[in-house]
Amino acid sequence: MNDMTNNKNLIEGRTGMWEMVLGLEVHAQVISKSKLFSGAATAFGAEPNTQVSLVDAAFPGMLPVINEVCIEQAVKTGLGLNAQINLRSVFDRKNYFYADLPAGYQISQYLDPIVGKGTIILDLPGGEHREVGITRLHLEQDAGKSLHDQHPSKTYVDLNRAGVALMEIVSEPDMRSSDEAAAYLKKLRSILRYLGTCDGNMDEGSMRCDVNVSVRKPGDGLGTRCEIKNVNSIRYVAQAIEYEARRQIEILEEGGSIKQETRLWDPGKGVTRSMRSKEHAHDYRYFPDPDLLPLNLDPKWVDGLKAGLPELPDAKRQRFIKEFGLSDYDAGVLVAEKESAAFYEAAAKGRDPKLTANWITSELFGKLNAAGLDITESPVSAAAVGELVGLISDNTISGRIAKDVFAEMFETGKGAAEIVEAKGLKQVLDTGAIDAEIDKVMAANVDKVAEYKAGKDKLLGFFVGQVMKAMGGKANPAMLNERLRAKLSA
Amino acid sequence: MSLDSKTVAHIATLARIRVPESDLPGLAQELTGIMAWIEQLNEVDTKGVQPMSGVLARDLPRRADVVNDGGNPDKVLANAPEPAHGFFTVPKVIE
Repeated sequence: MNDMTNNKNLIEGRTGMWEMVLGLEVHAQVISKSKLFSGAATAFGAEPNTQVSLVDAAFPGMLPVINEVCIEQAVKTGLGLNAQINLRSVFDRKNYFYADLPAGYQISQYLDPIVGKGTIILDLPGGEHREVGITRLHLEQDAGKSLHDQHPSKTYVDLNRAGVALMEIVSEPDMRSSDEAAAYLKKLRSILRYLGTCDGNMDEGSMRCDVNVSVRKPGDGLGTRCEIKNVNSIRYVAQAIEYEARRQIEILEEGGSIKQETRLWDPGKGVTRSMRSKEHAHDYRYFPDPDLLPLNLDPKWVDGLKAGLPELPDAKRQRFIKEFGLSDYDAGVLVAEKESAAFYEAAAKGRDPKLTANWITSELFGKLNAAGLDITESPVSAAAVGELVGLISDNTISGRIAKDVFAEMFETGKGAAEIVEAKGLKQVLDTGAIDAEIDKVMAANVDKVAEYKAGKDKLLGFFVGQVMKAMGGKANPAMLNERLRAKLSA
Repeated sequence: MSLDSKTVAHIATLARIRVPESDLPGLAQELTGIMAWIEQLNEVDTKGVQPMSGVLARDLPRRADVVNDGGNPDKVLANAPEPAHGFFTVPKVIE
């Protein structure tokens, strides 16, 4: 694993450089109407305990029956991660006591998960790509939700979430910086959303993350790790990793040793702290669930799912680069969400693909961001962006005017051509008209003309500005520059 | 396999069973005896035999992804000692 050492990721301590080693466990809630082993609903935000079957509440004698869509979602996800699909997998009981786990065990998969080793390609800041290994993906039940702030001495328990299907996706300890961990989560979320197997919504808890952090001197074997729980945003993951790595380095540099433990991220204080209750919890006494037979998959069925997979972000990025001549960076930005990729493809139809990409990634995304909207809520449709790009390409309007037109499109939802027509913004391509305005400006600034001729080239910008102003910004910029130079040098 | 009192105390903690200190040696002896009995299975040659996790030679039954259960909070909470506002309540378990 030393080949993943990258000097720029090293952290400087008092005794020299250190390297962090990171592995992530992501719990991704499966998109399904009903739970993994019962017919109760999975929708978020229902009244407490209204989406609970007696199976989920672990009433005596209730038997779990597996949801076929949850199996399909897990296999699709495995295929999307280029992972091995295990045609035989086994459900086990993971035993522990907690108030929101009514059965006293969670049905999970241990030795024989449904998905084995796979890979994911990280898109790093700076345009680098790096592969990270996936160890496994298994299906398991979610627990209920505990509310600790409703009563001074009681914890309230809602079992609506109990029994909802989760995919636990475990990475290899292949990451070496908080940037890489963040890139991993972004890419995983993107793939899950493309596949439609998890909505990736960290705010609502449908994607949750535990981080394993250890540090070592470059070239050494793995250090003792701590598992950080409760990190529910990509920003917190990065913060928690930075804090935890520093904490461990300080202990080691003081001559101490790291205790393997579960720690909790406290976003308010920006620190991780020990979870004492978990000290003895790592003895789960897994055994095969006697209520469930092994799960066997038909290889033909798996092949069928594979054939039906949508185009995933990596393939789409490659195609955008090849088909549209986009830069790796622009293609990456556009394919990060499948909705923005689809928007781009619709807008670029029959238009200049690079120009379209520029308008979407800079102007449109900038305005959407400022307005707190996502691409599906854009007041400017893909066709309207295409129309605007068309008007720029055929010289109807200049790029400068296009920005104003776009701002109005965003405000009013009107079409580009309609705005250009109504406001008379068509670019002036008539040399005679441009020449006439240049003559007027030169006549009014005889002193500056003289200075220019005396060698003050910088004044060209002044003249361009004056003529543009006089023409309401509608002069074709290239033409104006060319005519100005000619006239000033005459 | 022989179990000592410390192991028995640990198992009891995991199972949330309160065992008085004085009962531990006796339980350790009994459990050691049970383990010895089970360990007779080690004499069977299982080389090349798939571990069995069920006796039924059939596939895991599956259900369609439809919502046909739930919506019965009263039934779910019927045996709860102190339900409040639709929730189960338990003594506070905050970290």
